[in-house]
Amino acid sequence: MDYFLELFLGGLTRGSIYALIALGYTMVYGIIQLINFAHGEIYMIGAFVALIVAGILTIYGFAGISVLVLAAIAAIIWACAYGYTLEKIAYRPLRGAPRLSPLISAIGMSIFLQNYVLLAQTSDFLPFPNLIPDFEFMEPVAHIIGSPELVILITTFVTMILLTLLIKKTKVGKAMRATQQDMSMARLVGINVDRIISLTFIIGSALAAIGGVLVASYIGQVNFYIGFLAGVKAFTAAVLGGIGSIPGAVLGGLVLGWTESFAAGYVSSDYEDVFAFGLLVLILILRPAGILGKARKQKV
Amino acid sequence: MLKDFKQSILISIWFVFLTFPLMAVRVNTTEQMVEWRWMTILWVAIGSFVLSYAWRYFLAKKQLKKKDDEEGGKHSKLQLLMEDMNFRYKAMGVLLVLALVFPLVFDTYQNTIMISALIYVVLGLGLNISVGLAGLLDLGYVAFFAVGAYSYALLNYHFDLGFWTILPVGGILGCLFGVVLGFPILRLRGDYLAIVTLGFGMIIKVVLENWSSFSFGPSGIANIDKPGLFGMDMNIDSSTIYIYYIMIALVVFTILITNRLKNSRIGRAWIALREDEIACVAMGIDMARTKLSAYALGAFWAGMVGVLFAAKTTFINPASFTFMESAIILSIVVLGGMGSILGVILGAFILILLPEYLRAFSEYRMLAFGAAMVLMMIFRPQGIISGIRTKYEYKELKEETDNG
Repeated sequence: MDYFLELFLGGLTRGSIYALIALGYTMVYGIIQLINFAHGEIYMIGAFVALIVAGILTIYGFAGISVLVLAAIAAIIWACAYGYTLEKIAYRPLRGAPRLSPLISAIGMSIFLQNYVLLAQTSDFLPFPNLIPDFEFMEPVAHIIGSPELVILITTFVTMILLTLLIKKTKVGKAMRATQQDMSMARLVGINVDRIISLTFIIGSALAAIGGVLVASYIGQVNFYIGFLAGVKAFTAAVLGGIGSIPGAVLGGLVLGWTESFAAGYVSSDYEDVFAFGLLVLILILRPAGILGKARKQKV
Repeated sequence: MLKDFKQSILISIWFVFLTFPLMAVRVNTTEQMVEWRWMTILWVAIGSFVLSYAWRYFLAKKQLKKKDDEEGGKHSKLQLLMEDMNFRYKAMGVLLVLALVFPLVFDTYQNTIMISALIYVVLGLGLNISVGLAGLLDLGYVAFFAVGAYSYALLNYHFDLGFWTILPVGGILGCLFGVVLGFPILRLRGDYLAIVTLGFGMIIKVVLENWSSFSFGPSGIANIDKPGLFGMDMNIDSSTIYIYYIMIALVVFTILITNRLKNSRIGRAWIALREDEIACVAMGIDMARTKLSAYALGAFWAGMVGVLFAAKTTFINPASFTFMESAIILSIVVLGGMGSILGVILGAFILILLPEYLRAFSEYRMLAFGAAMVLMMIFRPQGIISGIRTKYEYKELKEETDNG
């Protein structure tokens, strides 16, 4: 039973990270119907910036939770800046182009950013300082769930509630929902659509950066290539749940996390990725719109 | 003027801020060292300043061109020259002679490089069928290449089958995988296809790495037979030349077939599907069959050239079939010009030979590929050489415009 619970919570932790990144995909896709392939790279850049800031701070004598918070804030700031610039350079000039064009541009940007980090930093795996302290009260259940997992779960939970509030309750959120439903109509009622799109990229990037910092300090190492697989997995999660739907992204992330965790625990950890993608193909065959997604009718 | 300058300064400052943590700082946490690199930041500042001017210039130029196109599309001189049948045959003749003489003039090293460039030509042309003609973005194309390579390596290892037997088998196996994979995702839109093919490419690699009893795992398969010629013994030089000629034949074969396909009924169906799926289906084209055939035919070439790849290197392992390979093949198609055969060939030569001869540059190869893909989409989406669309015109109308 303990083993099952451990896998369950492991899957939950993993899934909540996928969900965080998947939210960025889903929000962008909801508005401009683009798979932002470079989203995984934003996540990776977030983790790298956190590593650099945390490294500088620890070398100059800071310690403990303050380093984590400062590193996370820096990661969010720079990830947002990258997300914003990315949209401006690679996607905005292509608005109204055939669908394949922005997609290829996104793949190009993903390759560019990976190699930019590779050349600017290093191709090796860098050790990420362990910033999450071990809580004493976690001692009795430590064999099932550790402190880092707890921090990840709480952070993602809080972030998602904040995001839901932002979208449901604020004026900006209303504008975002309007843009998602009908871009030209939103423009007609005086919403600055370009700014909303930029904002969507910025919010998505912030979520990815949070995910990046959490994963990096949990796994303990960072590499220029981590964003690729994480991005693909998170996109899978977004599709699973129904792309464009925010609760769908969360659900998809959790389903994917559990699938991987149980497959790795009960079958074989070598084939973890195979299960993840197998699940994707299965869902796409049986329910192309995803678990929570509604099938959109195409109008001519 | 001053406005431009001010804007460029702002952009430059923005990029300095953006790249600051990654470009200027390098932390070594194990040795507790921070390395500050102020010079790189200076380069970033200057570079982004200059590039922002170029960016504005080209964007303005693109806008102007758009207006021109609306007034009446004109084709460049090069394009018209390519369409001239007479010139085309002469040019092809010259190129073929050059290609045939090449191995006799240059040494084995040059031949080997040329063979790998030609392999990418065939891969590019194959991917061009699904991406360029039918508009189905395939990000796991290298998986079919792997299928071909492994089918030769394994069949050769276990059953001692020869190159010429496996060459068509590899192609057909690739084709089969294409159909099996393409079938479930036919109902989906293009971007889903991209992600599923990407996933498939990764699954193939994971399986090849972990299923050791089948594929010998990451250590790969060595001592694969080179293609034989009536049981003749060949040293490395002559067998390289032999493979080179096989490759030339394969390239010519591919060009002939894809060119015929492009102008056939099914080729026009592909293009129609790419342009507008709904309209295409409304015209009575069987979407499932058209998509599947594009996908399967693209995979066919990859499988075939995979066999040749295994025979050329005589050693294969999963590391040769990463996503980066798929990305390189895709950038060949995109940069060369989607749908244009000549463009793809040119793209393959530029992307494979350039880094080979500019060794110092090879480190920046992928960086440049990525940037080029983005810039190409923004400034020249049709690629280096874009194909001219066949269209029907009224003869009289044309004469009138010529006179007037």
